[in-house]
Formats: sequence, C-alpha cells, structure tokens
Amino acid sequence: MGQTIAEKIFAAHLRDEPFPGTRVLDLDRVLCHEITTPVAIADLQWRGKDRVFDPDKIKAVIDHVTPAKDSKTAIQAKMLRDWARRHELKDFFDVGRNGVCHAIFPEKGFIRPGFTVIMGDSHTCTHGAFGAFAAGVGTTDLEVGILKGVCAFREPKTIRINLNGELPEGVYAKDVILFVIGQLGVNGATDRVIEFHGPVIEAMSMESRMTLCNMAIEAGGTCGICPPDAVTVDYLWPFIAEEFTDREAALADYSRWLPDADAEYDKVLDFDLSTLQPHVTFDYKPDCVKPVKEMAGTRVDQIYIGSCTNGRIEDLRVAAGILKGRRIADSVRGIVSPATPQIFRQAMDEGIMDVFMDAGFCVTNPTCGACLGMSNGVLAEGEVCASTTNRNFNGRMGKGGMVHLMSPATAAATAVTGVITDARALLKETAA
Amino acid sequence: MSRKQFGGPALLLDRSDINTDEIIPAKYLTEVTKEALQPYMLEDLKLEGFDPASAAVREARVVVSRENFGCGSSREHAPWVFEVNGVHTIIAESYARIFRQNMFNGGMLAIELPKSDIDRIFDLQQQGQVEIRVDVDAQELVACAGDKELRFNFDITPFDKALVEAGGWVEFADARY
Repeated sequence: MGQTIAEKIFAAHLRDEPFPGTRVLDLDRVLCHEITTPVAIADLQWRGKDRVFDPDKIKAVIDHVTPAKDSKTAIQAKMLRDWARRHELKDFFDVGRNGVCHAIFPEKGFIRPGFTVIMGDSHTCTHGAFGAFAAGVGTTDLEVGILKGVCAFREPKTIRINLNGELPEGVYAKDVILFVIGQLGVNGATDRVIEFHGPVIEAMSMESRMTLCNMAIEAGGTCGICPPDAVTVDYLWPFIAEEFTDREAALADYSRWLPDADAEYDKVLDFDLSTLQPHVTFDYKPDCVKPVKEMAGTRVDQIYIGSCTNGRIEDLRVAAGILKGRRIADSVRGIVSPATPQIFRQAMDEGIMDVFMDAGFCVTNPTCGACLGMSNGVLAEGEVCASTTNRNFNGRMGKGGMVHLMSPATAAATAVTGVITDARALLKETAA
Repeated sequence: MSRKQFGGPALLLDRSDINTDEIIPAKYLTEVTKEALQPYMLEDLKLEGFDPASAAVREARVVVSRENFGCGSSREHAPWVFEVNGVHTIIAESYARIFRQNMFNGGMLAIELPKSDIDRIFDLQQQGQVEIRVDVDAQELVACAGDKELRFNFDITPFDKALVEAGGWVEFADARY
C-alpha cells in the first residue's frame, strides 16, 4: 500500500511504538520562543535535568513580546536567553536580530523536506510548506523534545486537497486558505494532516505556501503539507548548495517525500479556484468566512499587516502596491510589522517602507505583537481590526475587540477607505 | 508526580469551540509559574449567563462541554489554569488535538463522549448540581444529580492511560528514552 507524505516521514523517524497507534518520532528540529519555553526550562531545572538533546537542532527566538514591555516579559526573555547561552545553542535570535518564529526559521534555511519539527506554538504547521511534518505542541511535549529529541503522535490520517485552476488576479494564498477553512470547518481536519496539491500550489511561491500551511491549524489540522518541488529547492538553494551537485540532484533527493500514487487518504477534496473571490472572516471563528463583497462597507478602527501568516516580503509588496500614492482614511490607524529584520531591510531597499509611512502607517519592529493581543496594537473594547493574522477568536487582540481576517491586499484597500473593501477595484484604478 | 484525583462537582459549558484564548487570555501568558494563572480561568468565555467569578466555577472539579474543546493556541497554560483550580477532568464531545494531548501530558483526563451522552449529562442539570465520579481503570464514569445517576463507559488510548498512570509525559519519557 502506498504512503502519504506524513506516513513516509513517520516511517523514517520512528523511534518507538510504545502502544499500538502511538508513534514516538525522532525530531530534526525543536523550535522555541519566550512564551511557552520558560516553563519547560524551569521544570527541567527543577528536575535536575537542565540539558538539551542537541544544541544544533534546537533553535530559539524571542518574538512574541519584544523588546520586553515590562518586568514579566523581560524575565521570560532572560530565561530563554540565559538557557540558550548556557547550552550554547547554535541559533538564538535576540533583540535586533529577532523575527516572528515561523518567518525567521524558514528564512534561515532551518527547515527541509522530510523533517520532523515541533514548537510550542500552534502555527508551527507553517513549516509544512517545505514538505516537512511540523506540529504545534504544548510545553510538556516541548520539554521532552528539548531533553530527549522525541515527540509522540497518533498516526495521522491525511486529507488531500487538490487546488485546481488558476487564481484570478487580486486573489491570494490567504483567500485560498480562508476559503478552505470555511469548507472544512474549524474541526474538519482534527488529527489530520492536510496535503495540498494541484496547479494552484505548483504556481505558488514558498511564502504563499507558508501562508496556506500556517492556517491548517484553524481547521484543526496537525500540519499542512505541500509536496517539495523545484520551488522548494530554489528557495532552499543558498542553504543546500554544498550538499548537492546541482538543483536537479536536490529535487531528486527530496522527491522521496512525495506521496505514492496509490497512497490512501482519509478524504480527497477537489476545488476549482479559477473563480475564487477575496475572502474575509466575520464573527469569532476562522471558519466564518464570506466573500469580501458581502462584508464590504463594514467599519474598522485598525488595520494590522504582519504576523507569521502575512508579514513576509511578498505580502508587504502587495499591500504597498495598493497603498502607493494613497493615504489611509482619517478614521483608521494602520500598523505594519515586517516579520523579520531581513524582510524589513528588503522592504526599505525596495521603497516599500516609504510607501507605508507616506500612507500614514505606523511601522513596528518584527514581533507577534498584536496578533494575540500581547503587545504593539491591542484593541480597546468595541474596536474592530482588519487583520492579516490567523485567528479571530473573541478577545484575541484584546478584550471586546473584533478581528476580521483577510489578505494583505484587502487589508491595504480597507486602510484606504476605512471600511472593508475589495482591493480589486483599487488595483484597477492603479492600473488605469 | 502522583496520579491525580478525578471527579467532583461539574461545570457545564453548553457551547462548541471553546478556545484557548477564552480559557486563558494571552495577556496572562507573561507568567512563568502555573500557580500565577489561578485567578484567570475562563475569564473571556463568551457564553450567555456565564460568570467566571461565580461559586460554580470556583467549586468545579470537572468541566463538561461540547465539540472541539480547547481549539486554538498550543499554550499549555489552558490545561494548567484548570489544573491549578483543581479541575483535572474535561468531558466533551471532541477536542482540538494539542489541547487533548496537553491534558494527558500533564497526567489529566480529556474524556470524549458521544453527543447523545453529553446531552444526557446536560439534561441532568434539571435535578440539581451535577457531580461526576471517574474510574479510570474501569473506563467508566458516573454522573449524578439529586437522586438520579447515569453511567457511561469511555475509551482512552493505552498511551493516554499510561500517561495518566505515570503522572504525565515527562515522567513516562524520562523513564523510557
């Protein structure tokens, strides 16, 4: 019987099967940030086991609240910093060099096809864009990962989603994933891996694939996975050039992680996206989605462009394309957080930061900040945010606030008008 | 860590998709001890008539709820805030994967029952305060209120049962790997 991508990765990493149906896997990467890791560090110290299984395979970043906003967040950062130094972690990203975890780790070339990756962060599924099995876990799983380099999973079933056709102009990966979550529902992929296939994926950049996989968890998915291909190899090439004679050799090697033709899926879903419209959420669940035109005119107070979902360079480029020569509405405030220093610098070099600032946006340093209401842009009671982030739960960006999830294009258009707006009208104006 | 005590007065939350932001808002994730989370359990829960400061919440040892309980963030602060309030048992129709694993990883119980069984527990409220007794070894739980008593069998994977026995995943993994 053929295997799915996740089944192949599981088979290649199996350390133990303590009970039928429970797979303990060897880990290639354990990723850490300052919110969920300090308790693991403290517990390891308390147990007299302040050790790490491999300082090269563990990567750490301070990203959720940075620079520290108060004594408590300063202590969290210090705990992670001291621990990273104590164990001589090869890669630790502190203030000035730090970015949003799911943006900076792939950017540094840490993720490869076929890898097993865990992190104490639910959006770890982002890294599945590289053909890796990457799952968000709690602090206890993280602690065992740090100490032993293993994590336990149930053998995942896989939902195969074929994304057919070609995305229309002005429709992006964020619209695709919002649409897919709307179709699956918030628990439609629980205990499932989502494998994305089809021409829409093949045409997508790695950045877009990360946006797509980032939100697999919003349908309950353990991981979203894209099959590794030439796009994956091209993205990784600066990091793998010494491992392979040429790109074809890398592609041939990574193709062992492709699913078998006779792989068995829990479910196969086909969507033709040729007529997909830009989508946006309403209410307090990420599966409450509608075409933007049905929400057009909804008043907002704040626009937030950033996060592990949509703070990458292509996101900033798209938003800037709409904002260029325009000002944001007087009734709103705009915040943009480039996801990493490299993205920030690139955006400056390309003049994108000028566009944002000329339009009236506040530019922040790379951080998770407003996305989960921890810093840099928390909403007041009754306020509404047009946001490129991934979660719209009640209270997510601050008690009593409402978040509408959307693409960077829709967010930029909404910033200009002050109400939820289909960006395609503005794109047309720009072209004319 | 020794095995926890399961059972006691139940808090019934009749809603699906209760998420981790509602169980413990992100603003409290700046704490580095579990104990510091204690006052904030379910602070942002959106449910008509629910008061996080009520005696029913304070006295609860079991939470009964609907589908997809604990969806959202991977933050183990969500199971921890239950733990430090003495709630070691959740009973729901289904769970988000990470939350469910976090419960067992901490040696606690995330019991899944079919909707029809959960409906019967909710109906029991008409008799008065619902109390739950759990027998992990027999995989059986009893829900009672007034003079009415209902018995249910539940499934638990051998691995999850072993984690409850061991007191959690760190203990289990440390002994084995």
